[in-house]
Amino acid sequence: MAESPFKADIERVQKEYSEKMTPGAIAYIPGSSVVNKTGSWRVFMPEFNRDKCTRCFLCYIYCPEPAIYLDEEGYPVFDYDYCKGCGICANECPVDAIVMVRETK
Amino acid sequence: MPIRTVMKANEAAAWAAKLAKPKVIAAFPITPSTLVPEKISEFVANGELDAEFIKVESEHSAISACVGASAAGVRTFTATASQGLALMHEVIFIAAGMRLPIVVAVGNRALSAPINIWNDWQDSISERDTGWLQFYAENNQEALDLILIAFKVAEDERVLLPAMVGFDAFILTHTVEPVEIPDQEAVDEFLGEYEPKYAYLDPAKPITQGTLAFPAHYMEARYTVWEANENAKKVIDEVFAEFEKRFGRKYQKVEEYRTDDAEIIFVTMGSLAGTVKEYVDHLREQGVRAGAAKLTVYRPFPTEEVRELAKKAKVIALLEKNVTFSVGGALFQDFSRALVNLDERPKVVDFILGLGGRDVTFKDLDEALEIAQKALNGEEFDEVNWIGLRKEIL
Ligand code: SF4
Ligand code: SF4
Repeated sequence: MAESPFKADIERVQKEYSEKMTPGAIAYIPGSSVVNKTGSWRVFMPEFNRDKCTRCFLCYIYCPEPAIYLDEEGYPVFDYDYCKGCGICANECPVDAIVMVRETK
Repeated sequence: MPIRTVMKANEAAAWAAKLAKPKVIAAFPITPSTLVPEKISEFVANGELDAEFIKVESEHSAISACVGASAAGVRTFTATASQGLALMHEVIFIAAGMRLPIVVAVGNRALSAPINIWNDWQDSISERDTGWLQFYAENNQEALDLILIAFKVAEDERVLLPAMVGFDAFILTHTVEPVEIPDQEAVDEFLGEYEPKYAYLDPAKPITQGTLAFPAHYMEARYTVWEANENAKKVIDEVFAEFEKRFGRKYQKVEEYRTDDAEIIFVTMGSLAGTVKEYVDHLREQGVRAGAAKLTVYRPFPTEEVRELAKKAKVIALLEKNVTFSVGGALFQDFSRALVNLDERPKVVDFILGLGGRDVTFKDLDEALEIAQKALNGEEFDEVNWIGLRKEIL
C-alpha cells in the first residue's frame, strides 16, 4: 500500500498536545488525525478489484473520510488507517470494482 | 445623550444587543422571548444594525449557529426561554467548553410538563452546571445593562465564557417600565471591538476547535472552565465599577437592602427582589428587624459576598422560584455550601414559591416570615417550605 500523503511529525504533535492546554482546547497544529487513527473500529472493509476499475473517481469523490486517494495512474488507493468501512464507495462504484468484506485480522 | 423612554424587558434586551453590535444573531422564537429576535430583525431590516440575522428551525440550531459564528470570531447573541433553553442544553456545554463568549437573553419561564409559559427560574437554574455565567435582572433597565455587562465580562481574556442574562417572564418581558438607553458612543467605548484572541477563521493558520480530548486532557479542559469562572468573580467587580463610572448605575454581585442590624435577611433574585424590598420596608415599620439581599450574579456563585452577608444575620431566608429535588431550591444548596465551614453561621431556611407564574404576595411572605421567626427563636422549623401551596386541592 502506498504511504498516506498526510505527513506530519507524529512526535512533535504528540508533544505539543501533551504540553499545553489552550483555552477551549483548541488544536493549533494541524495533523492530530495522524495520531488518532479512525479506521480501527471498522467492521467491514472495502476490497478493491483493479481489473474491473474504470478510474471514474466516483469512490474518491464520495468517500466521506476521505480515505481514498488516487495513485499516479489514477487508480483508487484505500487508506485503511482512516477508512471507517461505511461502504459508500462500494455503493457508488458503477462497475462493482469495490465490495465490502468482513474485516479480518 | 442617553434617551429615557419606556419599554418591555424584551425590547430592552434587543436594544442592548443592538448597542453591543453583534455580527451574528441566530434565533428561534419562543414565548416569552419572541419579541427579542423580532425587534432585532427589525433593527437589521432597517439597517440600524449591521449584522447577520439567521432564522433557524429550532433553538438547538440557534445556539449551534451562535457557536459557529463565535468560533469564527464575531460577537454573537441570541434569546430564548424555557423549553428553548432546554433544547439548547447539549450545545450550551459545548459553548462553555469551547470558551466562546456568546450572550443569551433568557426570559425566565417554567418548564413542562404541565405546559406553563409563565415565570419561574427553573430553565436557567437547570443550566447552572454548564460553566456559563449567569446574571439575573430585577427590572428592565437591569436587563439592558446586564446584557452589556455580560458581553464585557464574557469577552475578557481572563474569562472567555458564555453568559446568560435572565429576566422574569411576563413580569419583566412584557411589562413596560422606564428604561434609559445609553449612547451608542458610550457603549462603543465601554465594550470596544470584539477581538477574539484564540478563536478565528484564518485559512493560513488552520486550527481545530471543539476537538476530541482523551482522558489525558479532558479533565484539564474542564478545570480551565472552572478557573475561568473563578477569574470571572474579579472581572465582574471591575466591569461593574467601570459601568458605574460610565453610566452611573451601580451593580453588585450581592446587593443589600436595609441589612444593617437585621436579624432576618430575605435573599432572592430577579424581579422578586423589588417585592421583597417593599416587604422589608413594611416589616421595618412594624419594628421587625428584617433586611433583603439580591443576587445579581448567580454563576460564578458569589461565595465571599454571601459569607459577608451571613455575618450580618441570624436567619437567612431564601426565596426561590425553582426546585432542586431532595434539596429544596438551588440557592439553598449554594448557600449551605458557602456557609457550611464557617464557625458561626446563621440558620438558613428555604422557601420555594411563585412557580409557574404564581404571584408572590405579602401574604406569602408573611407565611415565610413566620417560619423564619421560628428559626430565629430557636424553635423547630422545616428547612424547606413550599409557600402559597394550595394544599386543599392535593
Ligand atoms: S468504506 Fe467508506 S470510508 Fe472506507 S473508503 Fe469506502 S467510502 Fe471511504
Ligand atoms: S468508483 Fe469504482 S470504477 Fe470508479 S474509480 Fe472507484 S473503484 Fe474505480
